[in-house]
Amino acid sequence: MPLIEFDGVSHEYPVSRGTRGVLHDVSVTLSEPRIGIIGANGSGKSTFARMLNGLVVPTAGAVRVDGLDTSRSAREIRRRVGFCFTDPDAQIVMPTVAEDLAFGLRRRGLSREEVSHRVEQALATYELGGHRDHPAHLLSGGQKQLLALASVLVTRPALLVLDEPTTLLDLANAQRVQAVVAGLEQQVVLVTHHLGLLEGYDRALVFHEGRLVFDGVPEAAVAHYRNLVL
Amino acid sequence: MSTFAVFVPGESALHRAPAGAKLLALALVAVLSVLIRQPWQVLVLFLVVVVLYLVARIPWRTALAQGRPLLWFAVGLAAFQLLVSGWEKAVVVVGGMLGLVLLAALVSLTTRTSAIVDAVVTGAGPLRRVGLDPERLGLLVALAVRAVPVVVDLAREVRQAQVARGASASPTAFVVPLVVRSLRHADRLADALVARGIDD
Repeated sequence: MPLIEFDGVSHEYPVSRGTRGVLHDVSVTLSEPRIGIIGANGSGKSTFARMLNGLVVPTAGAVRVDGLDTSRSAREIRRRVGFCFTDPDAQIVMPTVAEDLAFGLRRRGLSREEVSHRVEQALATYELGGHRDHPAHLLSGGQKQLLALASVLVTRPALLVLDEPTTLLDLANAQRVQAVVAGLEQQVVLVTHHLGLLEGYDRALVFHEGRLVFDGVPEAAVAHYRNLVL
Repeated sequence: MSTFAVFVPGESALHRAPAGAKLLALALVAVLSVLIRQPWQVLVLFLVVVVLYLVARIPWRTALAQGRPLLWFAVGLAAFQLLVSGWEKAVVVVGGMLGLVLLAALVSLTTRTSAIVDAVVTGAGPLRRVGLDPERLGLLVALAVRAVPVVVDLAREVRQAQVARGASASPTAFVVPLVVRSLRHADRLADALVARGIDD
């Protein structure tokens, strides 16, 4: 499992008068296979997740994944860390299912055979085989999210970060996504409002107003979060 | 859901033709179309269009759907030309435009976007010398194709939200939220592209 290290990390962005902080002095080291992140809207949990693959870089402190500083080694970091967003429509880049699966691979300089082999594998694994040449926008919401997830997984990242992947899905599709994630060998960091998804996770962090306020087992983390907001 | 210019898998001669050749042929017809002056020439163009759709074995419903997005614009343009310049000019202008759109749609219907992207990347290769990255140009084409159904969906959502709140006919009440949503979508898409290693 890659080692994730946050060392005195803060992030703030400029507003009309001064700056606004979204993350304050977070220090944590994560090496467990399954890590959950919970917190209210605006608590800083998404910013934390985005820092894992360098989408957001710290304004103070340092984030290292696998020993690589995310502010300096953006390219290597993005090859190691896959990221799945909430809205599949904004992640599907190519017009058809198979083309989107191939998109990330083609940019990595893999041979044509290797690309098509991995695409075929993904189509079968994620039950998208019947939709190979279908336009991505004609898929159902759940199929779109599976495609978005599959498109990230075909690149075989060592760490997968999921930012509220089930928020837009119905129960059945949320469970399908959960099942796919549960079967992965990779390290997973899951940001979610669906607290039930953290069952069986090794560790959970709770964010509140930009600070890491709890770090422990999921049951205790959920209890802490409930106390905070209710 | 729109089937406008969405790839229809097939094995026809048109499907198998190289994407670059189809794009070049389309560009050539577009350039030559300025020479159309007589209604019979429009008829010839339409015959070519019909034959090509038959060759590509595009279902007739899908074929008809390709003209639909242009319908009201074409009707308006035809009415204007009819009043200002007479029926012959109306046929030449509207027919020529419709014919070209149908041909362009046919290229999209018979060519995978990735093949079009590859053709654009190859064709734009020499532009590397003036500092243009062909890969980026190719990506731009792919994103443009992908953006059409997304914006159509966003427009439908905005319209439905308007109806739900007691629709007003104000164009700004439609355009402003559509632009805002489109920009928000573009923002998220940019994040996703970076996350998927577009800067590699």
